[in-house]
Amino acid sequence: MSDKLPRSVARLAQGLAAGEYSSVELTRHYLDRIASLDGRLNSFITVCAEQALAEAAAADARRAAGTAGPLTGIPYANKDIFCTRGVRTSCASRMLDNFIAPYDATAVAKLRAAGLVMLGKTNMDEFAMGSSNESSYYGPVANPWDLGRVPGGSSGGSAAAVAAGLAPLATGTDTGGSIRQPAAFCGISGIKPTYGRVSRYGMIAFASSLDQGGPMGHSAEDLALMLNAMAGFDRRDSTSVERADEDFTRLLDAPVAGLRIGLPREYFDDQLDAGIRACVETAVKALEARGATLHEISLPHMSLAIPAYYVIAPAECSSNLSRYDGARFGYRCADPKDLTDLYCRSRGEAFGAEVKRRILVGTYALSSGYYDAYYRKAQQVRRLLRDDFLDAFNTVDVIIGPTTPTVAYAAGAHSKDPVTMYLGDIYTTAANLAGLPSLSIPAGFVDGMPVGMQMTATHFDEARLLGLAHQYQRDSDWHLRAPAAFT
Amino acid sequence: MQWETVIGLEIHAQLATRSKIFSGASTAYGAEPNTQACAIDLGLPGVLPVINEQAIAMAVRFGLAIDAHITPRSVFARKNYFYPDLPKGYQISQYEAPIVAQGRITIDVDGQSKTINITRAHLEEDAGKSLHEDFHGASGIDLNRAGTPLLEIVSEPEMRSAAEAAAYMREIHRLVRYLGICDGNMQEGSFRCDANVSVRPKGQEAFGTRAEIKNLNSFRFIERAIEFEVERQVEIIENGGKVVQETRLYDPDKDETRPLRSKEDAHDYRYFPDPDLLPVTVSAEDIAAIRASMPELPRAKLARFVETLGLSPEEASTLANDPDTANYFELAIAAQPAQARQVANWVSGELFGALNRDNLGIAASPIKPAQLGQLVERIVDGTLSGKLAKQVFATMWASGRDADDIIAAEGLRQVSDTHLIEVAVRDILEQNPDQVEQFRAGKEKVLGFLVGQVMKKTGGKANPALVNQLIKAALAN
Repeated sequence: MSDKLPRSVARLAQGLAAGEYSSVELTRHYLDRIASLDGRLNSFITVCAEQALAEAAAADARRAAGTAGPLTGIPYANKDIFCTRGVRTSCASRMLDNFIAPYDATAVAKLRAAGLVMLGKTNMDEFAMGSSNESSYYGPVANPWDLGRVPGGSSGGSAAAVAAGLAPLATGTDTGGSIRQPAAFCGISGIKPTYGRVSRYGMIAFASSLDQGGPMGHSAEDLALMLNAMAGFDRRDSTSVERADEDFTRLLDAPVAGLRIGLPREYFDDQLDAGIRACVETAVKALEARGATLHEISLPHMSLAIPAYYVIAPAECSSNLSRYDGARFGYRCADPKDLTDLYCRSRGEAFGAEVKRRILVGTYALSSGYYDAYYRKAQQVRRLLRDDFLDAFNTVDVIIGPTTPTVAYAAGAHSKDPVTMYLGDIYTTAANLAGLPSLSIPAGFVDGMPVGMQMTATHFDEARLLGLAHQYQRDSDWHLRAPAAFT
Repeated sequence: MQWETVIGLEIHAQLATRSKIFSGASTAYGAEPNTQACAIDLGLPGVLPVINEQAIAMAVRFGLAIDAHITPRSVFARKNYFYPDLPKGYQISQYEAPIVAQGRITIDVDGQSKTINITRAHLEEDAGKSLHEDFHGASGIDLNRAGTPLLEIVSEPEMRSAAEAAAYMREIHRLVRYLGICDGNMQEGSFRCDANVSVRPKGQEAFGTRAEIKNLNSFRFIERAIEFEVERQVEIIENGGKVVQETRLYDPDKDETRPLRSKEDAHDYRYFPDPDLLPVTVSAEDIAAIRASMPELPRAKLARFVETLGLSPEEASTLANDPDTANYFELAIAAQPAQARQVANWVSGELFGALNRDNLGIAASPIKPAQLGQLVERIVDGTLSGKLAKQVFATMWASGRDADDIIAAEGLRQVSDTHLIEVAVRDILEQNPDQVEQFRAGKEKVLGFLVGQVMKKTGGKANPALVNQLIKAALAN
C-alpha cells in the first residue's frame, strides 16, 4: 500500500470497502509511523501493537462476513483518560502509572463495537489539567508544526498524533477547551459535544459537571462519523442525556444560505492576536459569501467565564481526586509510618505541581466560610453565562469566533505563570460552563502555525455545527495541510 | 439544682433494597470480605454512581408515614473526608435538600403520649469497615458494606429522658419494619443510632454543651448510655467543670461512655452537590402511588385491635408490635374474627413459647396462621379441650399437619357424650369411697382429684367441664 494515505476517514473507509487495503495493512501503516516518528512528538503513552493487529484482523473478518459498519477497521487512538480493559490507563499521572482498568469506558466500548481498532493511548496533561500538555508524568508532547512549541492541552497527545498522521482519529476530552484548543494549535478538527451526549462512564473524572468526551480528526465529516459511533444514552452515567440516537452526518450537505451567524464582540477584543482575527474574519466572510448572514452579538458575562471556570473545575477536581489515596489502587509510597503518612506521601509523591495547585484551590473554594463566596457564586455566574448564550440563540443559529487568543506558544513559555496559561482558554470555557456543543476547525495560519476557528451552537445542535464546518471545509484546504516534518 | 436532659437522636436505618444505593452489588449480610463490592463501590477511576430507585421509594414511604414534607427535588451532595474505609474520599449523602423534611411521630412513655418532631430523613451511602485483627500491625478493609443505602432520621432535640429516647427509637424501629423498608436487625447493624445528649438547669432555655454517643445498637444500651452520660455531665457541672463537645462511645461491658474524638478533629466536610448525580425528583403521581401502597401503620393497627377485635391494650400491643406477628395474627383470624381473643392467647402463649424454644421467627413458624385458626376453631366448637388442643398443637408443630388431620388420625376428639362420662364417673366414685366421704365432709379440694381420675380413665378426652358438672351432680345425690 502507498505511503500517502488519504487524510479523510470517509475515504479510508472506502479504501477498506473496495479492498484497496486491509485493516491489518492500515493498522500496520499507522503502527509503523508511530514507531518511527513518535520519538519526536511523545504523543503516545502506550502503544498496543499486538492488540491493534488482532483487532484489525477481526475487523477484516467482519468485513469479509459482510457485517462491517462505516468505521469498521479504521484505526484510532484513545486519550489515556479513557479506561481500557486490560490496557494501562494512567491519566498521565504517576498516581495511575500501574493502573489497569478492568473495564472499558462506555465510549471505548462503543468504538470497539463499531469495529474501530485502538492503536494505543495518547499523552495528555496530568488528569487533564493544563493547556499545554507539559504536566504529563510521561513528559511533554511536541507540536508537529514546530517541535519547540506546545501542542495545547489537555488532549495534546491526541491532537499531535492526528496532525502528524500517526492516527486518523483520536478521542479527546474537553473540560474547558481541551479538545478545541489543542485541535486549533495542531491544525486539526475537534468537537466537544453537548454535555451528556457522550457517556462519562469510564472517563476518569477531572471536573464532572464540565467534562465531555468527543472526537478529534482531520475534518468535520470525520468527526461526524466518529461521533455517530461514540455518542448515545448510557444508563451507567446519570448525567447522560436520554434521547434517541441520531445521525450526526445528516446535515453535512445542508445549505449555508440563510444561516444566521453570531459574532460576539467579546471574542474579538484586544487580547486577540491580529493574525488570528484576520483568519477568522476571512473565514466568516467566506461563509457570508455562501449566503449566511452575519450578526454582531454580545455575551455580556463572558469576562466571568474564566474566573468561574477556575473555581468550579478545581472544586470538583479536589473531590474527584480524593480517591487517589494509596489505599486501594495506584501509587503507594514506600513504608508509610501511619495512615496520615500514607495519604500525604502517596499523594505528595504521585501528583504533579499543576494537579496539586488545583486541588489546593478547589479545597479552599469549598471550605466552609468560602463556599458561598466562591463555589456558589461561580455556579450563579454559570447560570448567567448560559442565559447569555440562550438569549443569543434566539437570534442566531451558530456563534463563531477564534478558538484561542494566540497560536501555539513555545514550550515552557508559561511554566512560571499558570494564570497566563489559563487565559488561553478564554474563548473555550464558556461552552463547557453552559454545556453547549462547540467545535474547532482549521482556518488559516499565523507565523506558520495553525489557527483554529470555533463554532458553537445551542444544545444538541451538533449536526448543524458539523454541517456548517463541513461546508467551510469544502471551500478551504487548511484541514488538508500536514506539517512538513510529518508528510 | 434541678437538671433537665435534652436528647436528639440520629437513627441510621439500613434500607432493605437488594442492591446498593449507587451500584448493582448485593447488600446481603455476612459474605466474605470484599466479595460484594463492585468497581463502583471501590471507587475505581472513571466509574459513576446511578441511584437505586427503590431506595428513593422507601425514603418517600417513610416520609409519608411520619406525615412529613416530601421534597420534590432533593439533591445528593458529597461529604468529603479521608478515611480508609471511604473509597472515594467522599460519602454521597444529602445535605441542603433532604428528601424528607419536617415529620413527626408519637411515642408513649408511662401511659403518656408525646409527639417528637423529626427534622429530616435523608438518603446516604454507608462506608466500609476497618478490620484491626489478624493483620499483624496493619489493618484490613472490608468494603462489602460500602454503598449500602441508609436512611438517616434526625429528630429535634425534644426528648427529655432516656426512657423517651428508647421509646422513640422503638417507635421508629417498629415503623420501618412495618413499612418493609428496613429489616431492623440491630445485631447486624441494620438499625443503629447516635444520641446527642446535654443537660441544662431546669427552666433555662439555652441548650447545654452536648456530647454525641455513637453507634448505639440496642434499646437497652441507649437507655443505659444516656443515663450514664447525663450523670457524668451533671457531675462535671456541679463540680464547677465544663462539658466539652465531643464524640463518645458507649462500652456496654463497663457500662460507661468514653471519648472517641474531640472537637479539635472536627472536619470541614466541604459539602457540595454531587455533579455525577441529577437532583432526585419525586412527582405528585409518584407520591400518590406510594401512598396507595402504604400498609396500615402500627398505631392504627393497635387501635383497631382494641376497638374492633376487643383485645386489651396489652394483648394488642404484643401482637401489633411486630409486623410479622401482626400479619400472622390477622391471617389466623381471617376466617373467624370472632375468635380473635382466643387466637391472641394462643399466639402469645403456646406459639411464642415454641418459637422461642426453637429460636424461630414467626414468619418461619411450622404452623401456618390458618392452621392455628383451625385449631382454635376446634376448641370453640367443643371438638377439643384445652388440654387436647395442646397435644394437637405439639403434633402440628412437629409435623406441619392440620389440626383436623391429627384429630381424625389419632382419635383425639373430645368426649362430650354424657352417658359415657356418667359411666366413668360412676366407676371412679365406686373405686374411691374414701375421697367421696371426704368431699361430703366438706373437703372440696378432693373434687380435683376425682376429676383427674375421670380424665385419666377417658384417656384425657372427656370434656372437663362436663366431667366437673357430672361429678358434682353424682355427689349431690
